[in-house]
Amino acid sequence: MSVAERLGARTPTRRRVGLVAAALVWFALYELNRPFWDWLLYDLIGLDPDSRLGSGVHFFFYDTVKIALLLVGIIFAITVLRSFMSVERTRAMLGGRREGLGNVMAAGLGVITPFCSCSAVPAFIGFVAAGVPLGVTMSFLIASPLVNEVAIALLFGLFGLGPTLLYVGAGLVIAIVAGYVLGRLKMERWVEPFVFETRLGGQLVDPSAGLTWDDRIQMGIEEVASILRKIWPYLLVGIGLGAAIHGWAPEDFFARYAGAGNPFAVLLAVLIGIPLYSNAAGVLPLVEALHDKGLPMGTLLAFMMAVVALSLPEMILLRRVLRPPLIGAFVAVTGAGIIAVGYLFNAVIGV
Amino acid sequence: MIIKILGPGCANCANLEKAAREAVAGLGLSATFEKVTDYPTIAGYGVMSTPGLVVDEKLVLSGRVPTANQVRELLAPLTA
Repeated sequence: MSVAERLGARTPTRRRVGLVAAALVWFALYELNRPFWDWLLYDLIGLDPDSRLGSGVHFFFYDTVKIALLLVGIIFAITVLRSFMSVERTRAMLGGRREGLGNVMAAGLGVITPFCSCSAVPAFIGFVAAGVPLGVTMSFLIASPLVNEVAIALLFGLFGLGPTLLYVGAGLVIAIVAGYVLGRLKMERWVEPFVFETRLGGQLVDPSAGLTWDDRIQMGIEEVASILRKIWPYLLVGIGLGAAIHGWAPEDFFARYAGAGNPFAVLLAVLIGIPLYSNAAGVLPLVEALHDKGLPMGTLLAFMMAVVALSLPEMILLRRVLRPPLIGAFVAVTGAGIIAVGYLFNAVIGV
Repeated sequence: MIIKILGPGCANCANLEKAAREAVAGLGLSATFEKVTDYPTIAGYGVMSTPGLVVDEKLVLSGRVPTANQVRELLAPLTA
């Protein structure tokens, strides 16, 4: 039996009431989170808010609950909205587009199209077979992991709306420019030949067609469960490290070595981020703690984007359709974009 | 009936196969299951987002993992 069936959301009224009730519970929990831990840890147990132990432990519990709530709420909402889009629709919109405007559309669609990285190869084949230019396809494939719903949820919760919009905007610009540059480089010969020989046959089945609201709500619930199952170990390690840095790292330690005064900090952050196999959930609690310790936002965003967008598993997957020179160009161009964004943010918004 | 699960083999494909096997058992059908992992063949069925479900060479679903009940609804008309 499906989750939606178990919840009994069979009539529109019951479904609406259920959704409103869930939203109210969510807001209540979110509002009560800080007072609850203040009361439990400081008033009842008697930890000192100004001590390292007290603030570290408080940070750990408060942040874990806050992040869990944000992930549940935002992933659910994004999944339900995304259930109206599909790779098939995206391809239909991009078919026959020229570079330039095509790159802009592809980057935007990469953000809103529901996409599992396992599908990167069939989607790539489908796009190329439909005559979508290579650079436009790359804009889509770069934007999709780079602007990530988990990162949006966490950035919004930890830093507010401004940095979240900067992140989404910067991600789009990187995907548009990197895809355009890769298209200009005329690298079609570094695509595995079978891609061009493959004909997309059969009858397309659009995954977004014919879904009821119950289906979409159920997809939202399942996506929340599946993402949380996947990321909770990263999240706990990230929050644990964040709490340790928060409570114990000397105040100016990170700022001295990786602060605004170090011109190589962004470059280093990206180089460290690429091989670090994690995801936004593990990285962002660390980013928050490092930001509190005086690291500039641009350096931290560049670090996070490098971790999220340039991972080894992703490259191994793309190796099935792209030859090493094109993968190299992909990493170089995307990495250069991320570094540029890091320096730009540091110059514009500072710490 | 021959049921093919299309996909490179991530968790979604395994979940789809599980749902399909439950649905087949629930309908009391006999079916052979095959896994299709090679990309040109997957694309040959018109699939751009995995996992995909093919019943007797016809693509019936792609890009999401259905529940067993949803697979039953897809299979029921095909058995008549």
